[in-house]
Amino acid sequence: MSALTTNARVVTALGARSIRQTFRRPQLIAPIVVFPTLLLAIQTGGAGSAVELPGFPPVQSFLQFMLAGAMMQSLMLAGNSGGIAMAIDIEMGFTDRLFAAPISRFSIVLGRLAGTAALGLFSALWFLAIGLAFGAEIAAGVPGALIAIVLVTVAALAIGGIAAAIALRTGTASVVQGMFPLVFVVLFLSSAFFPQELMIEPAKTIAEYNPFSFIVEGVREPIVAGVGASELLAATLAVTGIALLGLGLSARALRHRLRVG
Amino acid sequence: MGAASLPPWRANLATIAALIARARNELLRVPAAAIPGVLAPTIFFLGLNGAFGALTGLTGFTTGSYESFIVPISMLQGAGFTGAATGVNLARDIEQGWLDRLLVSPAPRWVLLAGMVLAAGARALIPATAVLAVALAVGAHWPGGAGLLIAFAMVVATAAIAACWGAMLALRFKSQSAAPLMQAGMLALILLTTAYAPLALLQGWLQDVARVNPITEVVEAARQGFVGGVSWADTWPGLLALAALLALLGALALREMRRTGV
Repeated sequence: MSALTTNARVVTALGARSIRQTFRRPQLIAPIVVFPTLLLAIQTGGAGSAVELPGFPPVQSFLQFMLAGAMMQSLMLAGNSGGIAMAIDIEMGFTDRLFAAPISRFSIVLGRLAGTAALGLFSALWFLAIGLAFGAEIAAGVPGALIAIVLVTVAALAIGGIAAAIALRTGTASVVQGMFPLVFVVLFLSSAFFPQELMIEPAKTIAEYNPFSFIVEGVREPIVAGVGASELLAATLAVTGIALLGLGLSARALRHRLRVG
Repeated sequence: MGAASLPPWRANLATIAALIARARNELLRVPAAAIPGVLAPTIFFLGLNGAFGALTGLTGFTTGSYESFIVPISMLQGAGFTGAATGVNLARDIEQGWLDRLLVSPAPRWVLLAGMVLAAGARALIPATAVLAVALAVGAHWPGGAGLLIAFAMVVATAAIAACWGAMLALRFKSQSAAPLMQAGMLALILLTTAYAPLALLQGWLQDVARVNPITEVVEAARQGFVGGVSWADTWPGLLALAALLALLGALALREMRRTGV
């Protein structure tokens, strides 16, 4: 069996384990599905009148507008949950056993990221299904839905890379868990929940330059308006940048983990 | 004098005081444990204000200051998180066998529950004070002495309710895995109200839910000082709702406590 095939099998096996682990532990699945769904319902019901504000972009409904924000929240929490699970593996000694196996060390990280990406895919499908069930339309149709799904999946992998780096560096689940509030800081300081033009300063200015705003707009555009080349390009660049950063940091943290044991 | 020689009511008070002291010691020994409970409602306050602040521009919005409108929600959210954390800690105590040792003591079950619930109420003052300080710093209205007192009373009682809810689930599931249910339950209860906007501006289904959700009265009572004057008419429904919820969830938690064997 070639090294590539072996590594692919390792990534698949660890990715599948990661998905099973998430669905078996309520602490891991709740932040990905329960909390974002709850907040989507509450924010749609509570702030739905916002579409009447002057300057609010034309949308079919506030639910349609909010779907991208809910997906972003879910994928970021999926990344965080993946990091927590990885840190638990380190604490419990499971990672040490994997390090002792005759496999590529980075395929261990890639396995976890593959699982996180799959959870991102699940999150995209879940929220698109909720949107469609409650009457939201996907303006760009099936191609638009596919763009949103791909962006959310890759973004989950990118965020998962950063969380994995923190897990590998610290080896402590509580530290990664401590990043949980930061997810909300990043989300609130982006256009995930409200149009950037209508936000209050200083959040408005920060959201304008926040790379997560580019991703959320890239996901939102095909849902509320149609495929926009500039939004898609900006989102792709932002996702690629964060993914490269996450993978780079993970590789460094992995070297550190192998050094300190 | 040992606890055994005390009259029952004094022994019960001593046990409650000891349980509150234990909760205080946990906080003093690991101060970092309080940070998430303070940070989460503060981030929500600043985030909601930054994102949804423009909602005050809607016709029918009752105040021009969204920070004043939203601050009681964040204070109550902090109380909800703190109360739910009591449930998580109890689940940890069950997993580690510490509750078993309490259960074999001569202390009545209600005393054990009261100690945890009162500790949660006191602890909820920390995130509430932190959120209030941040809110005042960014321009929320000063609620006045009476408004402040009512807001803090609502916070303490909401934390007690959340602690009963958390304890009930912890005793039922006996696992920290129930933590998301404890937190999501309180989050839903507090946010399915007039949290984001006045009742008239909520979407149909949420308007219906908020109208029957007793916590809406608690939110309105806690909010009154921040967005206008304080009145008894806006206060008593909140007090009544809290008393009813505390009686209901307290009874359910106590029933689970009595069912828990060693």
